[in-house]
Amino acid sequence: MNTRLSTEVDIVCVGFGPATGGFLAELARRCTGGSRPPPFVICYERSDDIGFGVSGVVTPARAIKASFPGFDLAEIPMATPVRHEHVAYLLDPVGASRRSWAVRAADATIVRAMRWALPFQTEALQLPWTPSFLRKEGGVVLSIGQFMQWVAGQVTGSGQIQIWPSMPVASPLLDGDSVVGVRLIDQGTDRQGNPVEGFTPGMDIKAQLTVVGDGPIGTVGRQLDERFGLPEGHNRDDWAVGMKMVVELPSHCGLEAGTVLHTFGYPEPEIFGFLYVHPGGIASLGIFVPSTFDNPARTAYRYLQHWMRHPYLWRHLEGGRLRSWGAKSLLESGRRGEPHLVGDGFARIGEGSGSTNMLTGSGVDEAWATGVLLAEGVAELWEANRPFTRANLHEAYVQRRRASWVETEGRIAEKARGGFQKGFIRGLIGMGVAGLSGGRLSVRGRPAPPHRRLPTIEEYYRGRIPSSEIDRMREESLTNGIPLHESLMKRAGWPAIPLDGKLLMSHQDALLVGGKVQAPSGYADHVVFIDSAACEKCGTRICIDACSGQAIAAGPDGKVAFDREKCIHCGVCLWNCSQARPGDSERGNIEVKAGAGGLHSAEN
Amino acid sequence: MDTPFQIVVCAGLVPDPLQTLEPAAGPAGPVLKNEMMLPLVIDPWAAHALFEAAALAKRFPGSKVWLVSLAPRAKLQQVMMTVAQKAAFELVALDSPAGGFTESAEIAAEIAAAIERLPGIDKSRLLVFGGWESASRGTGTTLQTVGERLGIFEQFQGVDRLDMAPDGAFQVIERIEGGRHQASACSGLPAVFGWATGELPEPPNNPQIGMANMRTVMPALNRARPVKIANEGLSFARVTAPNQRRDTKIIKDMAPGQIAREIVDWIGPEQ
Repeated sequence: MNTRLSTEVDIVCVGFGPATGGFLAELARRCTGGSRPPPFVICYERSDDIGFGVSGVVTPARAIKASFPGFDLAEIPMATPVRHEHVAYLLDPVGASRRSWAVRAADATIVRAMRWALPFQTEALQLPWTPSFLRKEGGVVLSIGQFMQWVAGQVTGSGQIQIWPSMPVASPLLDGDSVVGVRLIDQGTDRQGNPVEGFTPGMDIKAQLTVVGDGPIGTVGRQLDERFGLPEGHNRDDWAVGMKMVVELPSHCGLEAGTVLHTFGYPEPEIFGFLYVHPGGIASLGIFVPSTFDNPARTAYRYLQHWMRHPYLWRHLEGGRLRSWGAKSLLESGRRGEPHLVGDGFARIGEGSGSTNMLTGSGVDEAWATGVLLAEGVAELWEANRPFTRANLHEAYVQRRRASWVETEGRIAEKARGGFQKGFIRGLIGMGVAGLSGGRLSVRGRPAPPHRRLPTIEEYYRGRIPSSEIDRMREESLTNGIPLHESLMKRAGWPAIPLDGKLLMSHQDALLVGGKVQAPSGYADHVVFIDSAACEKCGTRICIDACSGQAIAAGPDGKVAFDREKCIHCGVCLWNCSQARPGDSERGNIEVKAGAGGLHSAEN
Repeated sequence: MDTPFQIVVCAGLVPDPLQTLEPAAGPAGPVLKNEMMLPLVIDPWAAHALFEAAALAKRFPGSKVWLVSLAPRAKLQQVMMTVAQKAAFELVALDSPAGGFTESAEIAAEIAAAIERLPGIDKSRLLVFGGWESASRGTGTTLQTVGERLGIFEQFQGVDRLDMAPDGAFQVIERIEGGRHQASACSGLPAVFGWATGELPEPPNNPQIGMANMRTVMPALNRARPVKIANEGLSFARVTAPNQRRDTKIIKDMAPGQIAREIVDWIGPEQ
């Protein structure tokens, strides 16, 4: 079957995350019983099943609760109301953390010296209160995987809305500056995308409206950004990777369901951590490694293990068992990274539309709310039989969004993290000042793409590891096929992780036991190195160390190699590449295209 | 002109094969821990049967494929989002908390009754397909019992290939002991075919088939017949997960002989 087929629907959605969930739930409710038959809506999701590859959260759930009045979200598996919230500053118990002199001084003179007078416990300072902007009182601890499965069941019941997982969208269909639908991924190809046996060209799905909710690294959203650019003054250079686990807590763990812990200060000052307790002795826990942490050999997995081993956390986790594991990129630019929200025939919702609030550390509820706001507008336009033009969508959706709490709170948050561009302490001050002043005050900082900001490995470890030794480590790394960060961190004083095969395991075992990662055959490689010469001369190769799934490794002839079967589609390589793309200094040398497979766990 | 075939595929749902399964004691017998949270897939053996059924129906225009499945309705709805892109069929849903710890004879009785209720069913043109084995139980008895309850005694298990003639005569190749195959010829239908892996690859996802299927899948789910499985007279002496020992290493392009040798060494000498 080599002919490209085409079909028409009323609305096509790209990605089934919380934003699209909100859109479809609200649209299903509003378009029932109108003067026109409800629109026929198709949603395509890249992951192999609904709820794969997303993450556990604590959320105020204001918008989510409003969508399901009278329904107790705690009835969804792994959901429970927030009961206790704590924020803890973690000291460095191993002496390997890369702390500035100011942080070390504060640790020694304020925290340790005053420990008798402070709420100090197990190498951590637990703050006596949780700042108001971080609190999730009245909120819910959720497994987004379980929640999205439940939402899918609700919205597809009528048959008018269809959700199809395991079907990546390759690109938007453009007619001039209008989006007229999407093109699905080609199937039956080799790794380079060439047709092989069973080749089926991706179908064209034409629609009056294309709803783009494919997240911060979604291919359709990024192609629209390339085509239309970002609004003046907006940029997307502020990122983080969130790496997490779902853990069966040991029987001695006394943490009550609904407990929420936030940490900062360790394993590196810039790395924030979280632990949310679900019912049934299960916890979602993990770290955020931001792009402002300029370690050119950073590894989220190894840091996650060191974070778990911190005494403040390990007392709860020792003896626990890994159930699930995964990672995803977070667009920390928030509202500063907002793209053009609408155009002729399309609208953007969710995290990829700049809705994440990095001051409150909240994204799911905001994403859901943007979907609801779009559905309100779309339902109005549909009922009035008005076309989905840029002007109509602006009136129906963008104006609603501008008047919403998502916008108000997004504006407060948009400069809150600027200080982290200048260091950890200024970052904390900036965040606190912005939060407590309602965004009127902030510490400014302009993010830059990694190829303009990342130091070399030699520069980063200057004074700690001689260049000659780094050269030797590099050689060994190439010879033995192990990531460079293993040797660098060991040399920098990080202790070995005592693997127990249950909770502390090798990165590869976490992929298999936790992520259950796999990739169906017959698809092209979705991670592509644009200019191999740039990779060969790259001194950092941060793509290898930062890769959440160890899917990128040193290849033959000085090149880098991608193994699709290990990729979890977190997109970290996209925003970490330290080499500028030839002819486009704003982007790195790695392209991430539409791809199938990834995580196979719905507990995340 | 010969009448098209009626192909009924019996397929249960099982946990995604990559999940870690842990038996636990429930109030009414053994259960899988966190069963409701486990992602489910169509039983891989039965999935082969479905792909073969779709290919057969395509070869004989006018033939119809039904997919009869007994499972929790909500889970069935979710699995249909994936399966319905693969092959054209009409779903017959039976809503029941079926799993790996239910009495296969009771399930077989319900499925057979559902097949008997299909409108216009003509046993002289009927092929009952299913999995030779199941990922949720190793006995593989359900399909045989379905056939017996329907009064179909031409049964073939471990089927890898089926060649149908338009008049309903067929040749079938089954797996038998010792890694060998047995070829049989029959002059007519009905017959039961418990498929092994067949010869067809998993078809690509086809959005057009998915859209067309879903127009009938949702109504079928909405009228899913509730089924109570009593598990009468069933008791479990012991329920355990197989022992696992994980020893991971990643090596590319290893020769098959070397892989075999490593596995034998890893398992160790026969006790």
